[in-house]
Amino acid sequence: MNAADVRAGVLAELRRIAPELEEGELVPGKPLRDQVDLDSMDWLNFIVALHERFKVEIPEADYARLGTLEATVAYLQERTLDPSQKAAPPRA
Amino acid sequence: MIEFKLPSMGADMDEGKLLEWKVKPGDKVKRGDIVAVVDTTKAAVEVEIWEEGTMHEWVVQPGETVPVGTVLALLLAPGEDAATAVRPKPAAAPAPAVERRRISPAARKHAQELGVNLDLVKGTGPEGAVTVEDVEKARAPAAPVDRNLEMRKAIAAAMSRSKREIPHYYLSETVPMLRATEWLARENEKRPVTGRLLMAVLQLKAVALAAAKFPDLNGFFRDGAHQPSSAAHVGVAISLRQGGLVAPAIHDVQAKPLDELMRNLADLVKRARAGSLRSSEMSDPTITVTNLGEGGVEAVFPIIYPPQVAIVGFGGIKQQAVVASVAADHRVSDGHRGALFLAEIARLLQEPEKL
Repeated sequence: MNAADVRAGVLAELRRIAPELEEGELVPGKPLRDQVDLDSMDWLNFIVALHERFKVEIPEADYARLGTLEATVAYLQERTLDPSQKAAPPRA
Repeated sequence: MIEFKLPSMGADMDEGKLLEWKVKPGDKVKRGDIVAVVDTTKAAVEVEIWEEGTMHEWVVQPGETVPVGTVLALLLAPGEDAATAVRPKPAAAPAPAVERRRISPAARKHAQELGVNLDLVKGTGPEGAVTVEDVEKARAPAAPVDRNLEMRKAIAAAMSRSKREIPHYYLSETVPMLRATEWLARENEKRPVTGRLLMAVLQLKAVALAAAKFPDLNGFFRDGAHQPSSAAHVGVAISLRQGGLVAPAIHDVQAKPLDELMRNLADLVKRARAGSLRSSEMSDPTITVTNLGEGGVEAVFPIIYPPQVAIVGFGGIKQQAVVASVAADHRVSDGHRGALFLAEIARLLQEPEKL
């Protein structure tokens, strides 16, 4: 998945949680949680949504790597490219 | 016959608009069933019934706005039948209610079809009755209700009442959070993302366990007396994205495991933001918790939500500690008790594995 697709997916999930978010409103490099007013419940819902959309495990210890939109895109790209990092399929 | 009345769903509610009946005449209901949906300034609330019976008659129709305490419907108690049931006499002192208006059935139907609010329609028929023609005239779009403004007014009324009536005292204590933070990180490491816990859940449980032990900080102050509660139905202050807040309850928090509380909290936040809450959630909180630590606030000195007698605030976790505060009603408890209550919350948070 290329960066633009991942970015579009992240923004779509972000907008589901914060519908008031306008296109182009996000300042690159600025922490997401400072810009979008996400509380910890919103943040958890965002992480769950990314997990479901991109089929990757996101351990809590990695939350710090999802600070900005760009960092989130890079993180997800890295995880989706590396097959060992994908969420394990449910066991039969 | 059972009178099903519009309950008060919070100190800031004087009236409600019936949006929808969920039960039709002839349907049986049991305790906890959702009978109607009522619009308050804060949400479209699903109103539950707390008696068993059979719906007999809708007294109020969808679209009508009535004061709290108005009989919305009559139900037959188990064993009663419509022919023999005694119709309750109208209360001697009716609610300061609006006189029932004369509205022709055709006009009512027409208003419903057009989505016209009958409260705003001036009647020109006999004795001021509202006619189909009046409804037609009123069809011109009225100014839309500004929900944010309405909510602001409701919050203003409740908070002003609180500050006017309740002699608050405030206490705070810095609570070490190292153990709780480490325990939560270990716990969440083991869990799939969909099963993770938030610190807010540990705080809610600690407050509930403490509240159940200190009934003078839990319950209601009504009619000049404290009505303590042995269960802790904890109101959770939830800010809404469009502004304003609601503080609906999670019931029996003291008795629920953390996993269940986390599911309850996630569901409650979701429904609060979607504007879909239940009447018992709005009317039952025996104590409220507000957490303003997300944005870097260090400490909160909150205002009690009447008729409750205490509210607990949490700031943000900084340097492995959090400032827990309580505002309590001095008519019911003294500072010494409040201090013991806070100390109990602090103690409980040192043993997160036991919560």
